Amino acid sequence: MTGWDAFITVAGLAVITVFTRAFFLLSERELVLPDWVKRGLRYAPLAALAAVLVPEIVMTRSQLITTWQDARLFAAVAAIAYFFWRRGMLGTILTGMLVLVPLKLGLGW
Amino acid sequence: MTRFRAALRHPQFRAGVTEMSGVGLGIAAWGLVTGVAMVKGGLSVPLALLMSLTVFAGSAQLAALPLMVVGAPVWVIWATAVCVNLRFIIFSAQWRPFFMRFPLRQRLALGYFSADLTYVLFMKRYHEPRDDEGQIEFFLGATTANWLSWQLPSVAGIMLANVIPTEWGLGFAGVLALLGLSCSLLSDRATALAALVAGAAAVAAFALPFRLHIVVAIAAAVCVGLMIDGGGDAGRRLRDALLGELSRRRAGTVARREGAAA
Repeated sequence: MTGWDAFITVAGLAVITVFTRAFFLLSERELVLPDWVKRGLRYAPLAALAAVLVPEIVMTRSQLITTWQDARLFAAVAAIAYFFWRRGMLGTILTGMLVLVPLKLGLGW
Repeated sequence: MTRFRAALRHPQFRAGVTEMSGVGLGIAAWGLVTGVAMVKGGLSVPLALLMSLTVFAGSAQLAALPLMVVGAPVWVIWATAVCVNLRFIIFSAQWRPFFMRFPLRQRLALGYFSADLTYVLFMKRYHEPRDDEGQIEFFLGATTANWLSWQLPSVAGIMLANVIPTEWGLGFAGVLALLGLSCSLLSDRATALAALVAGAAAVAAFALPFRLHIVVAIAAAVCVGLMIDGGGDAGRRLRDALLGELSRRRAGTVARREGAAA
């Protein structure tokens, strides 16, 4: 895809970003959400995160992995353990990477 | 612009920057990998720069990229991006009480910059709109830090795509940042169970087109959360809320029919 086609595609994608992120901010009219929707939405942020990240940890090429010899599993467990030990974000990321990289490069997991 | 400068000096602006910096390393690694992926995937450098700087939505960019490379129809690419971004429509309903006091143009700008991590950090901190807490300053601080820690590495990745090695798992730093953030959101057993359900649903529904598995996962988690909240009775009430109108109408028809028979 080149030239104008690509430009229009990208411009459309930018419009989609604005449109979706500001969807319920567009109208001035009062928006009354039922109570159960409001309570339910409390679970949306964590659910969205889990939906993005769990497949990144336990799937390879759209398939659930069938081995425990995957560096990502150990890195995720180490990162979670660090988080509940110290509660620091930076340390969580670094711990995970410190486990991931040797397993990946050293053992080829 | 003057208001932005005033906001810069607000203590909550700094608080927003600090909160976002915690996951900044993960965002940066992810931005870098996305930048590299765009160029290695076959986009030209100017087009990749334009995409990063205007679209500003990593997951939508990565979903659109392979479709653009194979020359898929434009509507397919846009439909995919809308589906990947459906979660933002849900989020925007929650932004509403915080942002509605601004004029439309500013609301559009606020919406445009409200990416995932800004949303998660903001909603973790503020539960209802209040004027005295510097909420908007916090938002601007977190957004600025988020924008910089995404765009700078992304641009670097685009420029240096051919010299940055990514085989050693650099991109996983982004996943780890999301993981840390998810752990910080686990407030009780209900949210933990909802998160487990969302993760399992996402894996199970992964084969759906347009990355709709994310929407399925959110829906599943919300349902489970509601059932736990409702103390066992929620399933029935959810059904009533969804089908109440329908069953009422059906009851009305029956009553009318009976009336006619009599």
